[in-house]
Amino acid sequence: MPILWAMPRTEKQLQDGLTLVEAINEALAQEMTRDARVVCLGEDVGFNGGVFRVTDGLQKQFGKDRVIDTPLAESGIMGTAIGLAIGGMRPVPEIQFEGFLGPAHDQLVNHAARFRTRTRSAITVPLTVRVPWGGGIHAPELHSDSPEAIYTHLPGMKVVCPSTPTDAKGLLLAAIRDPDPVIFFEPKRVYRSYREQVPEGDYEIEIGKAKVIQEGTDLTVVTWGANVFQCLEALDALPEDISVELIDLRTINPMDKDAIINSVQKTGRCVVVQEAPKTAGMASEIATIVMEHCFLHLKCPVQRVCGFDTMMPYYKLELDYLPDAKRIAEAIEQTMAY
Amino acid sequence: MSIAHSNAVNPLGHPENLPTNPAWKRGKGKRPSELLPDATLVKWLRDMYLIREFENRTAQAYQAAKIGGFCHLYIGQEAAAVGTIQSLEHDDPIVTAYRDHGHALARGMSVEACMAEMYGKITGCAKGKGGSMHMFDKPNWLFGGHGIVGAQTPLGTGLAFASRYEWEVMKRSVTGGPAKKKVSLAYLGDGALNQGALHEAMNLAGLWNIPVIYVVENNGYSMGTAIHRGTTMSEDLTKKADAYGILGAIIDGFDVIDCYDHFKPIVDWCRENQKPAFVDLKTYRYLGHSMSDPQKYRTKEEVEQFKGKDSIDRLASHLMTERKKADGSFVLSEQAFMQLQTDVKEEVRHGIELAEAAPVPDLSELYTDVLLNPMPNMSPMGEYTHGVKNPLL
Ligand SMILES: Cc1ncc(C[n+]2csc(CCOP(=O)(O)OP(=O)(O)O)c2C)c(N)n1
Ligand SMILES: [Mg+2]
Repeated sequence: MPILWAMPRTEKQLQDGLTLVEAINEALAQEMTRDARVVCLGEDVGFNGGVFRVTDGLQKQFGKDRVIDTPLAESGIMGTAIGLAIGGMRPVPEIQFEGFLGPAHDQLVNHAARFRTRTRSAITVPLTVRVPWGGGIHAPELHSDSPEAIYTHLPGMKVVCPSTPTDAKGLLLAAIRDPDPVIFFEPKRVYRSYREQVPEGDYEIEIGKAKVIQEGTDLTVVTWGANVFQCLEALDALPEDISVELIDLRTINPMDKDAIINSVQKTGRCVVVQEAPKTAGMASEIATIVMEHCFLHLKCPVQRVCGFDTMMPYYKLELDYLPDAKRIAEAIEQTMAY
Repeated sequence: MSIAHSNAVNPLGHPENLPTNPAWKRGKGKRPSELLPDATLVKWLRDMYLIREFENRTAQAYQAAKIGGFCHLYIGQEAAAVGTIQSLEHDDPIVTAYRDHGHALARGMSVEACMAEMYGKITGCAKGKGGSMHMFDKPNWLFGGHGIVGAQTPLGTGLAFASRYEWEVMKRSVTGGPAKKKVSLAYLGDGALNQGALHEAMNLAGLWNIPVIYVVENNGYSMGTAIHRGTTMSEDLTKKADAYGILGAIIDGFDVIDCYDHFKPIVDWCRENQKPAFVDLKTYRYLGHSMSDPQKYRTKEEVEQFKGKDSIDRLASHLMTERKKADGSFVLSEQAFMQLQTDVKEEVRHGIELAEAAPVPDLSELYTDVLLNPMPNMSPMGEYTHGVKNPLL
């Protein structure tokens, strides 16, 4: 039976493609159409369509029982969503900004992450937490952070961070159908930054699979989320004779180690780019993986291009804090020159 | 008796003596505001007008992209900050949420420090590193400006615990000098009523008799969610206080005189008895939640209705047509009111000029103010070195 999309695409969308916001919206609409167990809940997600308008129009289509405006209560939202999930539903709560995961943290790490282990897989938590993530939109701290390492360090949760509209749709569909809790970080900076043609139908992108954006032989750049675009910009600025392989991790946990290892064994050089503070972040983990598996292939040490070990600064200094094309290109050239 | 001692039984005492039923309401004595010098009320008018003017200029600066981040304006709620803060001593601590420009100004922060903070300039109250939501002013006993909704309320409980500890245990102030009986205010929005942190804080305060007043600046909306859509018992929020054995009151925070006359007795009672209270302060914000809010959730008529009884207009007309000086003339002449407005406008203009001229924090500021002894590798720039090459290779 053909699936009826609740909302046909607009002229503009047909012509220019979808933004990341629209791709997520479409994925939600399609999955809610397909699966009555899927419910969205969060602060102002219904009538207002969410702070970033990601759930725009969904309450109109699916009603107030499926797109639920909650009180301002992240702990309650998350705990209730976990209860819905273990009760057989497929909840997709939205946390307005990554900084507001704080009150929900207890529920996430002490309940959602541990059900499978505690029940020896008898009960799992099919929960997808949608969280706008990262900096670059002139927002202050608590509205610009990148906490992916925290949720990766604590076992029991999958952590996904797409960078493109197409990946966002496919990964979100996979996340909602996944039997385990998934934190779905949405790079705010990319939300409306560009459009691309996104497949209209149903498709999943496997959680845990990285994507090689550009093949190369001299050096591997590993990144994810919005930083993919600063890396592309950096690659453009490099001398022609440096051949860089660019890997977009897409999923932070479980990480596609093979993609990294295979690439660095080939290139012998690696630069990792992340927005989050430098110390004890994912870049540190990736450098260690490279050390463990590619030691004899390495021509030089791994270099990290990261945020500072400080609070995200207010907007005047924001762009100095976030890795930009210049810093990335410098790191690549420095590594090549070793 | 120790502070951390359960106060679970009959916490409030005889209803006759409660400040929700002050003497002036029982026909005995004058309203507290009547006892104040006329000049004090003129000062209130000036404070409220200053906030209004400041916020109008803030909106302009935001639209001109001179202010970044998020910006939540206080226009409409001026009487709430002024009426409550004027009921305090200057060294009573206060803590609030992100809609904090009004509190900062009412507490005495300069226009320059407040505006420079939003401009991200080094002369801002937090060196331009915090922005609109993070107004801090230690000399004026303002402990922020906090962005996580509701999370500031237990801080208020802790501030009040500290001052009761000074008074009862240390018997001196940690800042030097004798201890005083103090009251702390923890402001919150109506949306914050639904956060767990508030309920834990209120239980602690009720349990241990902590002299904190939770002031709900109830403007009826939490972003786009009207209070009755998100909060139980919104028609009588004092029920929430009842549950924690805390004195509860509903006060009109839209009329500054009314606000003061009802709030001041509560402050006095909390100070005297070293007990907590909870106040549903009814107010209204004229503008959107933040600078980007299409306001689909309310009608223009509703906004106009509140503007029709604007707090600044009301106080001005009270001072110009009702309240009389000892000599029988009205407290405020039309000309004096005009002059007040001109002065305030000039003060704000001048403060903004200074903020505009101030420098942006140096890049090195990015890795200061994190810890006393920060790790030396905080800067990801300029410090990376690959180290020495293995000579054997
Ligand atoms: C924990 C948390 N969740 C969500 C937000 C996003 N947010 C900021 S203000 C706000 C509404 C708060 O409304 P209210 O408490 O009534 O204060 P008002 O804006 O009316 O002053 C929301 C949802 C936040 N800052 N912190
Ligand atoms: Mg409110």
